Amino acid sequence: MSILVNKDTTVLVQGLGKTGQFHTDTAIAYGTRMVGAVHPTRAGTEFHFEGETDHSGVPGRDDTYSVTIPIFAGVAEAVEATGANASVVYVPPQFAADAIMEAAAAGVELVVAITEGIPVADMVRVKRYLEGKTTRLIGPNCPGVITPGECKIGIMPGYIHQRGKIGVVSRSGTLTYEAVHQVTQLGLGQTTAVGIGGDPVNGTNFVDVLRLFEADPETEGVIMIGEIGGTAEEEAAEIVAAEMSKPVAGFIAGTTAPPGKRMGHAGAIVSGGRGTAVAKIEAMQSAGIVIAETPSDMGDAMARALG
Amino acid sequence: MKIHEYQAKEIMASRGIPVPAGTMATTVDEAVAAVAALIERSRDPVVVVKSQIHAGGRGKGTFKEHPEVRGVNVVTAGIEGGVSAAEARVKELAGQMLGSTLVTVQTGPEGKTVNRLYLEQGIDIDRELYLAVLLDRSTSRNIVMASTEGGVEIERVAEETPEKILRAEVDPAIGLADFQANALARGLDITGDSAAQFVEFVKTLSRTAADLDTDLVEINPLVITTAGEVIALDGKMAFDDNALFRHPEIAAMRDDTEEDPAELAAKDAGLNYIKLDGTIGCLVNGAGLAMATMDTIKHVGGEPANFLDVGGGATEEQVTQAFQIITSDPNVEGIFVNIFGGIMRCDVIAAGIVQAVKNVALQVPLVVRLEGTNVEEGKRIIDEADLDVVSAASLREGAEKILELTRS
Repeated sequence: MSILVNKDTTVLVQGLGKTGQFHTDTAIAYGTRMVGAVHPTRAGTEFHFEGETDHSGVPGRDDTYSVTIPIFAGVAEAVEATGANASVVYVPPQFAADAIMEAAAAGVELVVAITEGIPVADMVRVKRYLEGKTTRLIGPNCPGVITPGECKIGIMPGYIHQRGKIGVVSRSGTLTYEAVHQVTQLGLGQTTAVGIGGDPVNGTNFVDVLRLFEADPETEGVIMIGEIGGTAEEEAAEIVAAEMSKPVAGFIAGTTAPPGKRMGHAGAIVSGGRGTAVAKIEAMQSAGIVIAETPSDMGDAMARALG
Repeated sequence: MKIHEYQAKEIMASRGIPVPAGTMATTVDEAVAAVAALIERSRDPVVVVKSQIHAGGRGKGTFKEHPEVRGVNVVTAGIEGGVSAAEARVKELAGQMLGSTLVTVQTGPEGKTVNRLYLEQGIDIDRELYLAVLLDRSTSRNIVMASTEGGVEIERVAEETPEKILRAEVDPAIGLADFQANALARGLDITGDSAAQFVEFVKTLSRTAADLDTDLVEINPLVITTAGEVIALDGKMAFDDNALFRHPEIAAMRDDTEEDPAELAAKDAGLNYIKLDGTIGCLVNGAGLAMATMDTIKHVGGEPANFLDVGGGATEEQVTQAFQIITSDPNVEGIFVNIFGGIMRCDVIAAGIVQAVKNVALQVPLVVRLEGTNVEEGKRIIDEADLDVVSAASLREGAEKILELTRS
């Protein structure tokens, strides 16, 4: 088992610019079932991908791959033709919100938005649009979701992952890689790693992902990686205390960040005394979460939490 | 992006939100020239001279060069002495304020140079209130925040008397509804004509926030005059950088003199840089990892000199620019490069580092920690370049090593 994505996940790509093409290629090399693309002006044509298989991905495949995916004008047509149940959004920021809503309107179950720099007001409208719909949005401004050996949606390097028993959820891309890498080196491996993104308004929060990991029988422990800004980590800590039976380890980035300065991510800002690392760490510790003092200690903190 | 008070008031006025009459001045002559017209327009002999900087607390702030002068000054000389007396006092004040360094609770001890003044009519205040529109992250919607406690720091109100802060959630599909605006007016105990004015005011303000993609609109204080008028005595607006592409008129309001030059250079180079007070420069890929790198430097006993995120796909040129920006800070005694290459390949970054170190003729110790895609190739490139570079296997080890090198 795993959460969100597995070997049966079939994926559309929205946005086939340079970035979209590159990551579609690496996803196919990993073994992800990429089944179609959406691009309004290239509809009716095809995209061909071939190269050497990434053997860190889905096992039992040939050494090379050669895959052709059809291009559709809209998500609805693409879903109808391919039966895809997930999509990944690489559409540029000014058009990304619309792309997400289009996927939701077409009934896509899981939309993973990689795009960085979407206006906050656009995401506020997207969240409103998604109310009452079954679509789950991951991101935006995130590395994506991966279930090692089954499905990789996003921009994370596949080879640092290893199938195992730890769930990883994070607001930061590269810190997710740090955690995954350490967990792999310790031989624990991951069930699924989820980047929820660094924006102030995102589709899926820590709370949602923690509940999914709690319900997943294969996941034995969870690493959650937060950062300054907002109160999502405090809310997550309450859920950990109230609902989770599985051990949780955590790290919060931004202890040294000065107030009023936005640390790269739109969501990472301490303002008006809210969103400080200290408050988050205290809330997490009192919920029984084992805190890693530095990001180099995340794997060890998980091992300690597992006992 | 932040703008000045006078710019925020221009925007508000253009959308029908009541603000006092005012004029911006960049020289003493312009300031003096504005006085007569302002007094005539407002039919009030009182003029207020306000420093325009991108920081709050101006009213209580003082100038380094003139400790007796505040950041905001009410000129009452006109009440008895007429226009000429007001002009004389404004001339004196403008001379002291323009080009001087204003220190407030928000500027830090180094203060900020005042390059612009805003001259405004005096207002007879009955009540001072607080009003703001900002994002509530827990509901993913804008909220209107209001309080009877205007003119003081809202953070203090939130801390000491949280029950005095009223909130109304704005549905993005509907906007602030009448009943919500009415409830706010009742909650603030605004009655009669003023209540109707307030309702219009808060609805327009909420719509303005949505139309212009603001991060924050804050009016502190919002005043009710002795004549019962509802008017924005102060105005602060900040905008979502990611949405500026659809508001060129607002993007044009950016005042580069308010920004740190190194931070501006970084922005132009597509880098995310924030200057800090320490001695260890950092160059990292990813915002979260960049913050965590700063934290780790602090954890092992050092002080980070900056936050710098080169992003996911930095080029050799960007890495060179990053080194130039970091070394332009005279406090930097050593540099720690921490890269977890996912999409970014370590061999590319390594080549960039080698080139950058040669280009900028690096004078301080350098520790490099590489991990991820093509890491072995990256390490080989750095080893073979024959540079004075120390490599580290983990973030923590890298932080310890750079600290050791800067202290030896």
